[in-house]
Amino acid sequence: MQSNKHLPADTHMPETRSGTPDLAGYARTIRIATARMIHRAKSSHIGSCFSMIDLLAVLYGRILRIDALRPAWPERDRFILSKGHACAALYAVLAEEGFFPKSWLDTFYQDGSALGGHAMHSVPGVEVSTGSLGHGLSLGCGMALTGRREARPFRVFVLLSDGECDEGSVWEAVLFAGHHQLENLVAIVDYNKIQSLGAVGHVLDLHPFAEKWSACRWAVREIDGHNPDEIECVLRQVPFEANRPSCIVAHTVKGKGVSFMENELLWHYRSPSDEEFQAAFAELSSAS
Amino acid sequence: MRSAFVRSLMALAEEDRRVCLVTGDLGFGVVEPFAAKFPSQFVNAGVAEQNMTGIAAGMALCGKVVFTYSIANFPTLRCLEQIRNDACYHNADVKIVSVGGGLAYGALGASHHATEDIAVMRALPGMTVVAPGDPIEAETATRALVARAGPAYLRLGRSGEPLVHSDYVDFQIGKAVRVTDGDDVTLIATGTMLHATTQAAARLAREGIAARVLSMHTIKPLDVEAVFEAARETRAIITIEEHSVIGGLGSSVAEVLAESADCHVRFKRMGLPSAFTAIGSREFLTKSYSLSVEGIVESAMQILELAPSCA
Repeated sequence: MQSNKHLPADTHMPETRSGTPDLAGYARTIRIATARMIHRAKSSHIGSCFSMIDLLAVLYGRILRIDALRPAWPERDRFILSKGHACAALYAVLAEEGFFPKSWLDTFYQDGSALGGHAMHSVPGVEVSTGSLGHGLSLGCGMALTGRREARPFRVFVLLSDGECDEGSVWEAVLFAGHHQLENLVAIVDYNKIQSLGAVGHVLDLHPFAEKWSACRWAVREIDGHNPDEIECVLRQVPFEANRPSCIVAHTVKGKGVSFMENELLWHYRSPSDEEFQAAFAELSSAS
Repeated sequence: MRSAFVRSLMALAEEDRRVCLVTGDLGFGVVEPFAAKFPSQFVNAGVAEQNMTGIAAGMALCGKVVFTYSIANFPTLRCLEQIRNDACYHNADVKIVSVGGGLAYGALGASHHATEDIAVMRALPGMTVVAPGDPIEAETATRALVARAGPAYLRLGRSGEPLVHSDYVDFQIGKAVRVTDGDDVTLIATGTMLHATTQAAARLAREGIAARVLSMHTIKPLDVEAVFEAARETRAIITIEEHSVIGGLGSSVAEVLAESADCHVRFKRMGLPSAFTAIGSREFLTKSYSLSVEGIVESAMQILELAPSCA
């Protein structure tokens, strides 16, 4: 089932989307919308958004069984953005998907806006509020457990950051999901290898990372988190193994898509100036 | 009290399959019957309270009414942010149960003394805070919390608490139970202090002092009207709680009185000092902090000597 079949006509969408959605084009649209929001708002976390946008594009473009006209449809797949600080990209996707008017994006981060700087469940299409790291996987475990016990068809996807995996609560949930064989649960880690104050390898090294999940009885795949075909291919294979939750370690680049932002810690915080935004816009627009 | 809770929860789980119990690997000898009878409504999350609470919120967001269960501070302080963000923010049907509120685990030391939990839980948006005064209140409170949507904290004693009520109590969340009537002094007790408070009232009666005893089982939302009535109709109010004097029942009542323009009543909070409590049995400790029948009687006599008579 495609998530986009109920969408209104959309002038900003790549033309191929209504037939065979152009995932690269979709991701480009989301990157531009996200950059515009963060620039206008003078807010942060553009690097964290850009590293996961290809994952979001595939999830919303091809994988998630959701319906923008029925955000509370009981059997919808659940998507939890556990790295809630990257919500600008999620909001941009949800607006593209028709969960709310695109005009809302112009209010991002503004006084009295519906769209704040971390994911909020009051926004149509946002499953749960996040922002404090290390909460999403536990919420996902509770949903997946309930879904399995009631033989309901929905799946639960949780997108985490790598820095988030410093949180002990993440590993409580990892243990739980493995023990309870939650095969309807999928954790995707946006492994861009940069966290708040530096490289993950220097701050609190996660290596060997995939092995940690495997050791807790998850079925793990490692992918290039910017290759739409690879992302789609792996997401179509979940669950990877019977009776195991699935973990996708997505190797990504912080700030992906704008050369001067890529792999730069600064873009965890910095909001693009007018000139930087124009440069980013030009680069994103010219990418094919 | 914990047995009364589990008994009530089992009856509820039978009637309403949404009702689930998630334990943080505690409840030996208590939760097993529930687990045996309702395996698909039970989860042992292991010694992992943050995950326990997050799971509970996730289950609640899929339509369940989920009780989390542990002892002392473990289901509250250890996972406070999960309670705030995952349960309260989403107005999820998560009911947090702590066994051993106060000093029930006295000899185990301060790590096991839940003495700030009411204050902390009360501060959370949307949270209902209930501390039943006896096993009958515990049983009825459990049922009432299932009927009331949204997050709640149920603070229980441990085991062997004496009955205060006979066999039935008109238990409504947010409505104090008037256990005895009187117009000299009002003794407002919550949770495990209710029994000693009623005994103190009986002793005061022998001294010719008519004490009104309120079981303020719900600290949030507080029965403000019962407080105002006490202020109007009696000469003094004493709050009694097995909890720090900061932020709990006493503070709740003080806030109401202080903001009221026409309540001029003598007032005293009885509770624990803001300090790490000593080691000993609950009986030893409550006595040490004057949270005993004698201590309550003494406080009542003192405050009435100071209080101007309305007559």
